Amino acid sequence: MEILKINDLHVSVDDTPIINGVSITIKKGEIHAIMGRNGAGKSTLANVVMGHPSYEITSGDVTFLGKPLDDYEVHERARSGMFLSFQYPPSIPGVQVGNFLKKSVASVRNQQLKAREFRKELNSAMTQLEMDKSFLSRYVNDGFSGGEKKRLETLQMLLLKPQLALLDETDSGLDIDALRVVAKGINEIAQDAGCLIITHYQRLLDLVKPDFVHAMIDGKIVQSGGPELALKLEENGYDWLEA
Amino acid sequence: MSDLAHEAVGDYRYGFHDPEQSTIRFDKGLTEQVVRDISELKNEPKWMTDIRVKAYHHFIERPMPEWGNCSMLDSIKFENITYFLRSSKQTENDWDDVPDDIKNTFERLGIPEAEQKWLGGVTAQYESEAVYHSIREDLEQQGVLFFDMDTGLKEHPEIIKKYFCSVVPYSDNKFAALNTAVWSGGSFIYVPKNVHVEMPVQAYFRINAKNMGQFERTLIIADEGSSIHYVEGCTAPTYSTDSLHSAVVELIAMDNAKIRYSTVQNWSANVYNLVTKRGIAHSNSVIEWVDGNIGSKLTMKYPSVILKGEGAHAEVISVAYSGEGQHQDAGAKVHHLAPRTTSNILSKSISKNGGRSSYRGLLQVTPKAEGCRSKIVCDALILDDISRSDTYPTMEIGNATADLEHEASVSKISGDQLFYLMSRGFSEKEAMGMIVNGFFEPFTRELPMEYAVELNKLLELEMEGSIG
Ligand SMILES: Nc1ncnc2c1ncn2[C@@H]1O[C@H](COP(=O)(O)OP(=O)(O)O)[C@@H](O)[C@H]1O
Ligand SMILES: [Mg+2]
Repeated sequence: MEILKINDLHVSVDDTPIINGVSITIKKGEIHAIMGRNGAGKSTLANVVMGHPSYEITSGDVTFLGKPLDDYEVHERARSGMFLSFQYPPSIPGVQVGNFLKKSVASVRNQQLKAREFRKELNSAMTQLEMDKSFLSRYVNDGFSGGEKKRLETLQMLLLKPQLALLDETDSGLDIDALRVVAKGINEIAQDAGCLIITHYQRLLDLVKPDFVHAMIDGKIVQSGGPELALKLEENGYDWLEA
Repeated sequence: MSDLAHEAVGDYRYGFHDPEQSTIRFDKGLTEQVVRDISELKNEPKWMTDIRVKAYHHFIERPMPEWGNCSMLDSIKFENITYFLRSSKQTENDWDDVPDDIKNTFERLGIPEAEQKWLGGVTAQYESEAVYHSIREDLEQQGVLFFDMDTGLKEHPEIIKKYFCSVVPYSDNKFAALNTAVWSGGSFIYVPKNVHVEMPVQAYFRINAKNMGQFERTLIIADEGSSIHYVEGCTAPTYSTDSLHSAVVELIAMDNAKIRYSTVQNWSANVYNLVTKRGIAHSNSVIEWVDGNIGSKLTMKYPSVILKGEGAHAEVISVAYSGEGQHQDAGAKVHHLAPRTTSNILSKSISKNGGRSSYRGLLQVTPKAEGCRSKIVCDALILDDISRSDTYPTMEIGNATADLEHEASVSKISGDQLFYLMSRGFSEKEAMGMIVNGFFEPFTRELPMEYAVELNKLLELEMEGSIG
């Protein structure tokens, strides 16, 4: 089943082109990795798919679960099973993590949660991610370290069980132990979902095996391949891809 | 008590009115005779009549304040106001006259019908007797005096005589003078030495539409080493046909005592809410004002604390929400008169749909107040381009040892926050509601649970109406 189909996508911000013709198709159970230098347009791609209002799709088309993206507002994408793990999750002062998670899961599942069952589910996910209970009473991302933010993103992914997981540098800021628990979470979700992993580093891809690796330069995918492409990029950088 | 006065005031210990049949009503406008009649009708001691009359003359002579929102103030028609007790029948609004948006809000907040009618001013009385009685019994056992002010004056004139106007003299400002001249209702509380009242004492359960307060007068005295938390107001919109509400609250915290006074007010959009709130804090005592203003046309309210005794502490946490056509002019005043006194002021405001919020603050440190500390934080959130927020902080620092911090910020809801929340399944309006509730959270978390829940819901409803 095709979860996400991107066809010759062009995207601009304030009339500046950033994505210049990207095509990717992600099927259920597939893990795709996108690698590229800073500023290549990786986050832009993920944000556009999720529906960030700053970006304008100038041409090309994207379908999610067989329907054009335009048919969904941002929250409808989330409710239909799309999830973006943010590169830089913003803080929401005054909103407690526990409350936020409960409300978010309830909206995405479109049902009232049974308090006890949800607590159980939450406990087990937090245990898996080695997160302390004290997280729940903190404000969302407020004063969080980089690693804490990434854990909270991963926790949300585990609870929301998306059909499409867009993971934007979910590995950055994590020490090796944290990386391992986060990778385990990703693998769990990836079995039944389409996965798009944006990363600079091989170390995450050692733990989460990609089926496809894409190299992005200046808003274009210049090379696609299997896991071996990631190793090559890590070793040789991107210069050799520039004609 | 004369029959006339009895009829008008009712025989209500602990704030429960007997069914009222009185039809006493004064004509509109204020004269010395009206003031005297009010006092006579209530069968008050002469000293109270005298204060009322003096206050009346001060009110007449005193010019309007020159700050706040002068043009709005000038539109108050004092001559059109009825200054005293109407009978319950005449007080009652017709349910059909209560604006639809207010009725809708009641529905959405899930407020029971009887309470809706009370909040809408349709019935004069709303009583949660069971709750109130149990609180009252506890208080009585502890020796706490808790009366409506009129009854308090009858039962304990000596205490009231000693403290009435001792914190807010009638000459303080034009509206304090008006209140002193025509006050009616409000609460009187005395907490004996070393008594701790554990449960928040809620005015909500004992007020009725009549004394809910056009000119209510509250006096709370916490004797040495005692503590009390008093809660007034309610988050649901309170519909009133009276356009002027001018209350005075006086707090006295004796040595080592603690008073917290929490208010949430949500008057309907026709109301001028001009309130003088002040407390005197003796040595090592604490006075805390927790003050939320959501409704009204114009609110001018600056809860104050006079830190009179060494080591006393003041805390003022306030929030204001201004929508279309509203101006919330709120803030805090703290006077450090004694050494090692401390204060924290946190003020948060939200403006939308052309609403205006102002923070107006005064911080005074006198020369003999050595080693004082004060922190003031003002945060404003502006939801659109047509709304406004200003700060008018005044500092009079007479002692160089004072340790002062002042932070102010003005922000908008960021697109990134909205996008983040929407990517988690929240609609744009839900996301706005969440951010706004989060912004007020440092205030909300200080409220009793039921108030906090209702306030959050209310702000979510406000956000639903604010966009798209
Ligand atoms: N909201 C935005 N406004 C202006 N420029 C942007 C915006 N988002 C991204 N860009 C620009 O687009 C380019 C790609 O950015 P980004 O997608 O974040 O790259 P990557 O994630 O690959 O590091 C950069 O030059 C960046 O400055
Ligand atoms: Mg990026």
